[in-house]
Amino acid sequence: MFKIVLKEELAPKIKLFKVLAPEIARKARPGQFIILRIDEEGERIPLTIANFDADAGTITIIFQEVGKTTDLLGLMEQGDFLLDFVGPLGMESEIENYGTVVCIGGGVGVAPVFPIARALKEAGNTVISIIGARNSEMLIWKQEMSGISSKLHVTTDDGSAGEKGFVSDVLAEILSQTSVDRIIAIGPVPMMEAVCRVAPKNITTMVSLNTIMVDGTGMCGACRVEVNSETKFACVDGPEFDGHQVNWEIVKMRANMFINEEKIALSHKCGEGECQCHRKNEK
Amino acid sequence: MSQEKRKIIPKKHPMPHQEAKVRSTNFEEVALGYSEETAILEANRCIQCKNTPCIDGCPVGIDIPAFIKMIAEKDFTGAIGKIKEKNNLPAICGRVCPQENQCEKLCTLGKKNEPVAIGRLERYVADWELAKGTESVKIPETNGKKVAIVGSGPSGLTAAANLAGLGYKVSVLEALHVAGGVLVYGIPEFRLPKAIVQKEIDNIAALGVEIKTNYVVGKLSSVDELMQEGYDAVYIGTGAGLPSFMNIPGENLNGVYSANEFLTRNNLMKAYRFPEYQTPIRVGKRVAVIGGGNVAMDAARTALRLGAESYIIYRRSFEEMPARLEEMEHAKEEGVNFELLTSPIEIKGNEEGRVVSIVCQRYELGEPDESGRRRPVPIKGSEYEIPIDTVVMSIGQGPNPLVQQTTPDLETNKWGNIVADECGRTSKPGVFAGGDIVTGAATVILAMGAGKKAAEAIHEYLQG
Repeated sequence: MFKIVLKEELAPKIKLFKVLAPEIARKARPGQFIILRIDEEGERIPLTIANFDADAGTITIIFQEVGKTTDLLGLMEQGDFLLDFVGPLGMESEIENYGTVVCIGGGVGVAPVFPIARALKEAGNTVISIIGARNSEMLIWKQEMSGISSKLHVTTDDGSAGEKGFVSDVLAEILSQTSVDRIIAIGPVPMMEAVCRVAPKNITTMVSLNTIMVDGTGMCGACRVEVNSETKFACVDGPEFDGHQVNWEIVKMRANMFINEEKIALSHKCGEGECQCHRKNEK
Repeated sequence: MSQEKRKIIPKKHPMPHQEAKVRSTNFEEVALGYSEETAILEANRCIQCKNTPCIDGCPVGIDIPAFIKMIAEKDFTGAIGKIKEKNNLPAICGRVCPQENQCEKLCTLGKKNEPVAIGRLERYVADWELAKGTESVKIPETNGKKVAIVGSGPSGLTAAANLAGLGYKVSVLEALHVAGGVLVYGIPEFRLPKAIVQKEIDNIAALGVEIKTNYVVGKLSSVDELMQEGYDAVYIGTGAGLPSFMNIPGENLNGVYSANEFLTRNNLMKAYRFPEYQTPIRVGKRVAVIGGGNVAMDAARTALRLGAESYIIYRRSFEEMPARLEEMEHAKEEGVNFELLTSPIEIKGNEEGRVVSIVCQRYELGEPDESGRRRPVPIKGSEYEIPIDTVVMSIGQGPNPLVQQTTPDLETNKWGNIVADECGRTSKPGVFAGGDIVTGAATVILAMGAGKKAAEAIHEYLQG
């Protein structure tokens, strides 16, 4: 059992948990993820690590309530326990002194970009960051990103904060004025795809693929993606890949694998039959 | 009644089963187990021959005639004790061991008649003990040495139990959220109830073995780090956890699962109880399972139980199928269709990327290959298309690479299996390995045999 030692609501439907998991906190590196399970009936869901603190023994995760499991997760409170919490999984981000790196986070994707950007800065890079959201209310971790960026750009779809438009628009501007050596982009698939369209092919543009997963250790292959025309497993070969080599059509298609089942899960009412899906873990 | 005068009963007492029509709609166990009366009658079929060939056929060397004699004498406590001298997972082995290729194959009675139903008797007496509850076991005095076991499948559990019995402080490190490995994620409930697996694991934990779930060796700690943390030896039993695909067009379409994914969703995550359990599974109306092993049978029979029409597509014929005869027969009885001498060459999808059909090619059998089985040869122009909603690839599993990747001085072969001798010794001092991670995908009992031998070798290494 893994205790939620801090819960914060960062934006409507976007929540932050700090989870006590000292062994994972000691080993976690930027770019890696954890898999959690709320309770006995729960799914195993992967979430990219937003921060780790070896001294406090905590892992920070940030999630958006977009389906059954994340909705239930959002109902959990500080002091509650997650039944399972496993990691750190996946390969860590490649961190070197590349020169100038643009770090892009869209929506809840700002969270996993943060530790990568911080590590890149510590490695001596000039870090230019772009964070985006639908509107100012949905924008998260502006202050955190500001602290580790040489320059921080903010975009919102409606212009309620920063520039009106998309992160990819700002990237295009930066690319026209500055020499960029590497790009990191994490966020919704259409955003990452747009970034890859704007970014020249000769600039490595790392993206983090949050695919469907079950075990997260290479055993099931649910997380198959096509990279450079080869099948890869996001859980053990990734989750980061050079976005220029990713077959985005397959990524989008596979994300819809259980779209009908997701609706059934959401409409499944608690208290019917033997359902106990709102049963809380004992404190 | 003396041995000489006893009249030989030529056939095994049949195993009571759930009727095929009924069982193909539920996930309850198919084989129901002997009654006490039948077990005693069956045990009396054993002629207690002097040369005991059955023992030679058992990978863990159970004194089979002795435990059978005890069953015949109604001494069930003695019988289970006799089995447990060599085997810590009898309720599991009694269900999933391929006895027809091991102990029962060599049974003297089996030369002219059917062999004694050794597996069914093992299951009977193991279930008898689980039902009544085990006596509290004496935890052996500790010898102060620590061993880490990586993976809690049959091999790791066996090594753990044996080492605990020798006084070692044993920690079993499991990546998933429950212990049991393939016994919980792979083999379906209807063949091996998870409650039985859990009870057997509880019995091993009762020996003082610590079982740590959610612990991914290779990520949370490397093998070297485990040894730095104070483990005197490490046993790697990480199994065959890397699914193979065919590399045919359409394999990444929605609706194509590896057998591992299909079975894990159902067995480990209980997707068959969706939406009460939140992990989904989608099968549609028709499921094609590619392959002819036990895993393929498990997947095809699972698909039936999820309400689909189920097809096994296999490129050779029945004779060459690697699955146990019993599993094939059960699958047939339940209504699984067999498309033999045929193999897929393409999977087709619709505009949403969902599987709609599978294109297959017919095969004929040619000359025998290295395995001695007749080689399937494709027939030109024989392509045909079957409408299908789901494809399950069950063409084998490779070794999971997580441990090897982070243990550079551990020798592996060209397939990525860990190289170990017959006692489980690897190229790295203090590190042992066994089961599927060494041999490639095999059986539960062979993995257990490897775990047992490695436990002896670890004992020798640490006491030497």
